[in-house]
Amino acid sequence: MSDILEVANLAVDIPLAAGMLHPVQGVSFSIGRGETLCLVGESGCGKSLTALAIMDLLPRTAIRTAESLTLNGEDILNAGERRMSDLRGNAMGMIFQEPMTSLNPSYTIGNQLEEALLRHRRVSHREARDRAVMLLEKVGITAAASRLRQYPHQLSGGLRQRVMIAMTLMCGPDLIIADEPTTALDVTIQAQILLLLAELQKEFHMGLLLITHDLGVVARVADRVVVMYAGQIVETGTATQVFAVPRHPYTQGLLECIPIPGKTRRGANLGAIPGMVPSLIGELRGCRFRERCAYAMPACAADVAFRAAEARDHVYRCLLTPAECAGNARRKVPA
Amino acid sequence: MALPRDTAAEGFVASRVALNVGEILEPTPAALLRRRVFGHAGLLIGSGVLVFIVMVALTAPWLAPHDPLDQDLARKLIPPIWHDSAKATWTHPLGTDGFGRDYLSRLIYGARISLLIGVAAMVISGIIGTTLGVAAGYFGGRVDMAVNFIITSRLSLPVVLVALAVVSLVGNSLWIVICVLGLLIWDRFAVVMRSSTQQVRNLDYVAAAQALGCSKARIIVAEILPNVANNLIVVATLEMAHAILLEAALSFLGLGVQPPQPSWGLMVAEGKGYMFFDPWLVGIPGMALFALVLAINLMGDGVRDVTAPERRN
Repeated sequence: MSDILEVANLAVDIPLAAGMLHPVQGVSFSIGRGETLCLVGESGCGKSLTALAIMDLLPRTAIRTAESLTLNGEDILNAGERRMSDLRGNAMGMIFQEPMTSLNPSYTIGNQLEEALLRHRRVSHREARDRAVMLLEKVGITAAASRLRQYPHQLSGGLRQRVMIAMTLMCGPDLIIADEPTTALDVTIQAQILLLLAELQKEFHMGLLLITHDLGVVARVADRVVVMYAGQIVETGTATQVFAVPRHPYTQGLLECIPIPGKTRRGANLGAIPGMVPSLIGELRGCRFRERCAYAMPACAADVAFRAAEARDHVYRCLLTPAECAGNARRKVPA
Repeated sequence: MALPRDTAAEGFVASRVALNVGEILEPTPAALLRRRVFGHAGLLIGSGVLVFIVMVALTAPWLAPHDPLDQDLARKLIPPIWHDSAKATWTHPLGTDGFGRDYLSRLIYGARISLLIGVAAMVISGIIGTTLGVAAGYFGGRVDMAVNFIITSRLSLPVVLVALAVVSLVGNSLWIVICVLGLLIWDRFAVVMRSSTQQVRNLDYVAAAQALGCSKARIIVAEILPNVANNLIVVATLEMAHAILLEAALSFLGLGVQPPQPSWGLMVAEGKGYMFFDPWLVGIPGMALFALVLAINLMGDGVRDVTAPERRN
């Protein structure tokens, strides 16, 4: 599998009055063609900033550094703004969290869809329109041709998110970054949208970076999982590895928070992780999870390196040996 | 990457079918707009009065019964026809002023000057204020600080005082009045455009446009401006009314349009000497100013109500 996106040692720093904030540090992963990578973690752990850093759409004050950042082998870390705006929407597209506000209220759906294509391709309005209709049908919108004349406010949240997906597909991108695309939607719609994304991704053979904090979603669609905590990757592996044998105490804690139908007894307490996320301002050393970790030891205060589990591509950032970790996992979640 | 043309063609065929099967039955946007426009009393009244005044101004040479500058001291201070006086005559339906000039003709020609000054000053100040405001709101940081400084400096200048200084330096004419007003009343445009741009700038669709690869210029012109345009229209009408009133005030003070040109403000000024015995000399141009300014404001509010994107449903 050739890699579409490669991220090596990505960091985002934001200077604040109180000191330097390090919301993302040392993040590395890669996404192959036709692969779905899920980035999971709690709010504020740097998931969205990682996505924005890849698109080079960070807030102006944020500073992005990385060892390398390539899209289809092309260096996009040092690419100019002009090259980046050629790539955005063309080779890589982004779907946002809020479908209610991510469409421009002043233009019709058709107008916005066509614009996405006309911006990057020399095609006629007619061709752009045809492709818009084709993609709207592909994302499951009925009466696509007459939808083109509608304004965003005439559509429901689920429909708008489908339109957003169609819009990112207009240029046939190699990579789609979906930043919590279902958070703002009803539960029933969430499943539909995710399955749709997964289907389209297989059909168009794109890479998909799906950012979410819904582990149920991850279990269903992910090929590989990256678990982030406080700006760092704490565990990464295939979905099966991470869900079957979570190694990092944080991943284990996360999985314990989810009820499993048929297994979790009525009235039984779900897991909870005690404590709070550490402040990310200033110089940080050691395992960031140690203050909330049940297995913390004095050595955790020093920098903790990644460690491989049995499988070579399953790594986690903890001092415990794979066997110790496996013993700690109280429960397994079927992937 | 080439587009998969064959699938596009298929999609097109399928859409034709869908049009027949499940077309969404709802009024077109144009029909909805028509419905909102005709349901808005303020907009209808305001634009009705404004259209009437504009038509009068445009057809002034044909409408006016007399030359507005023709003096006839033998026929001075004829009261309007509703006045209970033997002198009232249909030759001068609104009477004559202290120089015996036909008041109706002066009122009709005065509409031209008021509208010209209102529109021209509004356009000049709109261009200056919108540019500054959108730049400040979009780029923020230093640009914002600089624009804020300019706005504050402008607000510290009293309009009438500056107009007085300019007029005494370069003399006065219609165009100087327009320029002075245009260069002085852009502050509200800048303030309103700045804050509404700041709001829109942080919305997801601007980020989405960036993620689609739109340039900064395109985002400002195509994404932000259409969504702040309804605020722009409201400010534009307010400032047009403001400019018309300022012109009247300047002319009243003798700093604006020069006699014998017929300006409504000047007519009030010239009539003030007769106010106690012939109050209609002040009342008629005053009412005309009132009607014009009210009509513009009603229309501005109406346009905002009708076009606001969130009210389109």
